[in-house]
Amino acid sequence: MESHELDELAARERTRQGDYHHQIGVCVGSGCASSRSPQIRAALEAEAKKHGHACRVKGVGCMGLCGAGPMVSVDDDEVLYQHVSESDATRIYAGLEKGEPVEDLVIANDTPFFTKQVRVVRRNAGKIDPDRIEDYIAEGGYSALRKALTEMTPEEVIDEVRTSGLRGRGGAGYPTGLKWSTVSKMKSPQKYVICNGDEGDPGAFMDRSVMESDPHLILEGMAIAGYAIGATQGYIYVRAEYPLAIERLKNAIKQARKYELLGENIFGTDFDFSIEIRLGAGAFVCGEETALIASIEGKRGSPRPRPPYPAESGLWGKPTLINNVETFANITAIIEKGSAWFSSIGTEKSTGTKIFALSGKITNIGLIEVPMGISLGEIIYDIGGGIPDGHEFKAVQTGGPSGGCIPAVHLEVSVDYESLKALGSIMGSGGMIVMDDTASMVEVAHYFMEFSKSESCGKCIPCRVGTAQMYDLLALIISGEATSADLQLLEDLCEMVRDTSLCGLGQSAPNPVLSTLRYFREEYEALLVDAKPVEAK
Amino acid sequence: MSVKTLKMDGKDLSAREGDTILQVAEENNIYIPTLCHLDGLADVGACRLCVVEIKGRRGFQPACSTVIEEGMEVVTNSETLQKYRRLILELLFVEGNHVCAVCVSNRHCDLQDLAVKVGMNYTRLAYRAPVRDMDLSHERFGFDGNRCVLCTRCVRVCDEIEGAHTWDVRGRGIEASVITDLDQPWGESLTCTSCGKCVQVCPTGALFQKGKSAAEMVKQATFVTYLKSMRESKK
Ligand SMILES: Cc1cc2nc3c(=O)[nH]c(=O)nc-3n(C[C@H](O)[C@H](O)[C@H](O)COP(=O)(O)O)c2cc1C
Ligand code: SF4
Ligand code: SF4
Ligand code: FES
Repeated sequence: MESHELDELAARERTRQGDYHHQIGVCVGSGCASSRSPQIRAALEAEAKKHGHACRVKGVGCMGLCGAGPMVSVDDDEVLYQHVSESDATRIYAGLEKGEPVEDLVIANDTPFFTKQVRVVRRNAGKIDPDRIEDYIAEGGYSALRKALTEMTPEEVIDEVRTSGLRGRGGAGYPTGLKWSTVSKMKSPQKYVICNGDEGDPGAFMDRSVMESDPHLILEGMAIAGYAIGATQGYIYVRAEYPLAIERLKNAIKQARKYELLGENIFGTDFDFSIEIRLGAGAFVCGEETALIASIEGKRGSPRPRPPYPAESGLWGKPTLINNVETFANITAIIEKGSAWFSSIGTEKSTGTKIFALSGKITNIGLIEVPMGISLGEIIYDIGGGIPDGHEFKAVQTGGPSGGCIPAVHLEVSVDYESLKALGSIMGSGGMIVMDDTASMVEVAHYFMEFSKSESCGKCIPCRVGTAQMYDLLALIISGEATSADLQLLEDLCEMVRDTSLCGLGQSAPNPVLSTLRYFREEYEALLVDAKPVEAK
Repeated sequence: MSVKTLKMDGKDLSAREGDTILQVAEENNIYIPTLCHLDGLADVGACRLCVVEIKGRRGFQPACSTVIEEGMEVVTNSETLQKYRRLILELLFVEGNHVCAVCVSNRHCDLQDLAVKVGMNYTRLAYRAPVRDMDLSHERFGFDGNRCVLCTRCVRVCDEIEGAHTWDVRGRGIEASVITDLDQPWGESLTCTSCGKCVQVCPTGALFQKGKSAAEMVKQATFVTYLKSMRESKK
């Protein structure tokens, strides 16, 4: 499509939507879809039909409060309904006509859960129909790509990303602009862009939700990256366990190709870019970049030593840019609104927002997007609604099996890369598992070690045998038969596995043990045969 | 080819561009333990016995697969490194069933040599005593999973040198193992050329040549019974 056609398409779609008196959005994310939201959508559509189509019923992406699903929104989020069932369709429609919401279904949308969030990546989630590119375009979609291609040089694009301060959302927080600049400087006629959608941490579903709710946001971010670094081919690596995300992405690619927003001579420029989907078989380690690349190449998905980094020698030995789903999903906003706007959100070194998946012992289970630098307490108590059933907050695990726990004394901590690291945890990809006062921290460590042990690829000795031995030692401690010598051995193993493992999986596998030992050592010691009497403080 | 200078254990050394830390160390008579590395095969950096400290770099790096850089400062043998290497070897000894006294490779085994050199003479770790199979289906060679350390030398030599790609790795984590073809008995392999390279590169007694005389077969049988009785006593 030519530049001006984008505006025409957007205007046409906005007029079309403006002709409806109301728009009802039914969440079609994985969570709500598994509790019959497609049937609810059908029931609402049937109802709308009866009344002469003055109302548009659309599928929309995740609204965040997954624990209250199936969720339905009326006119963006003027009214939000929770726990909706098919039989509610008539009442919802009647409410629309009368201008009175159905009281018993309403969920307040002015609570801190909604007001304390800042939605950059999730701005369209819950609003647009992820299966319609026109919805995305009506919200300004693909204008960032147009701006990059027609008004900016690749260097300017990279500069914008660099000065925005955006850091990789896949876990390690590597500066995105720096990575782009490295790949762009590689001299090679062929380069690749890879989007990492392998998301495998227990309790994490941030990336799935972005892929399901707003697939074009990722495609557009990848195309901008391709232009910036000089690549014409992109791959999205998605785990096969995410069928809905795969379907939406496939559909989105097809639509983008139809409108020539992917393919050759995009916006009449000489920039070509195509995107293909590759499916992962669900091994956690395949999210590690070198293993992911091996897997796309059709080899066994095991990590290899770096350097060389993918930026230098990646897919089929060519310079390759690999970023996380959420990282790519931040790009259009940076190009559109500028790096200064972006870096005004968050802290100095951690700019922008971060999506977290709240799970465990917390009232509001679901997805949130918050500015970096927000305090942990605000997330747990204001947005998360605190701990249910009259229990006390004990700790939260961030970064899943690669991260650590943060105890109640640190509820004031600013949620940013450096501060979480200083406490022995990590930002990670966004899982937050909340534990209340009934949790045994040794069991928490044991649970995560079981995960690392079974997800270890087996290539290097420290991780392959070390995680199995640490797991057994934790089980021994829990059984009450371990001695302080066993605990010492566990600590020795933790250090060695952390320092010598080949890839991030092994290097970070000891973290849950190390951090629970740091804050809750007495829980370990109390379980030892030769338990030291607890000294009075 | 340009020359690079670097420091290793405090000594100033010069080396060829593109050389690995291990190559430079060997040329200068600095001992770094290795297991998965074998001259002539692609390095995989898997055993981690060769890890060294590099000033200014986070963590530890494998000497076998880290290329030197100008001005690099490498420490090959600190107290921490000794402790870590020892522990890694302990992990290997408890992972499989290494009963040296009855092994065909006794006194000709890289694993044994490493234990001597690294000073590993006992372990605090619990023996895993896994139940692993032997594959004696091949006419001339045998495979004993109990002694395999998963170094993948056999996989690489077969793929890279012989070009048969009979060997591969199956499974994940502690369950991973080497297999022939699609996990079929070695003797039924359609790709194996019976060249015996894998047997030659295997650092332990996991791959061995079957003896021409019956004496060695008896030895194998005793080994299996011994193992069995040992496992029974574990249970
Ligand atoms: C065991 C392991 C699993 C990983 N899984 C993921 C994943 O699922 N998604 C992801 O984006 N990054 C994952 N990573 C990080 C990637 O290796 C890589 O750093 C990341 O995709 C880079 O993107 P970013 O800079 O945008 O964060 C994983 C790393 C390790 C060590
Ligand atoms: S650290 Fe674990 S997952 Fe990574 S290469 Fe080693 S065995 Fe495989
Ligand atoms: S069989 Fe021998 S060469 Fe092959 S992986 Fe096992 S120990 Fe290494
Ligand atoms: S010899 Fe270097 S990792 Fe094995």
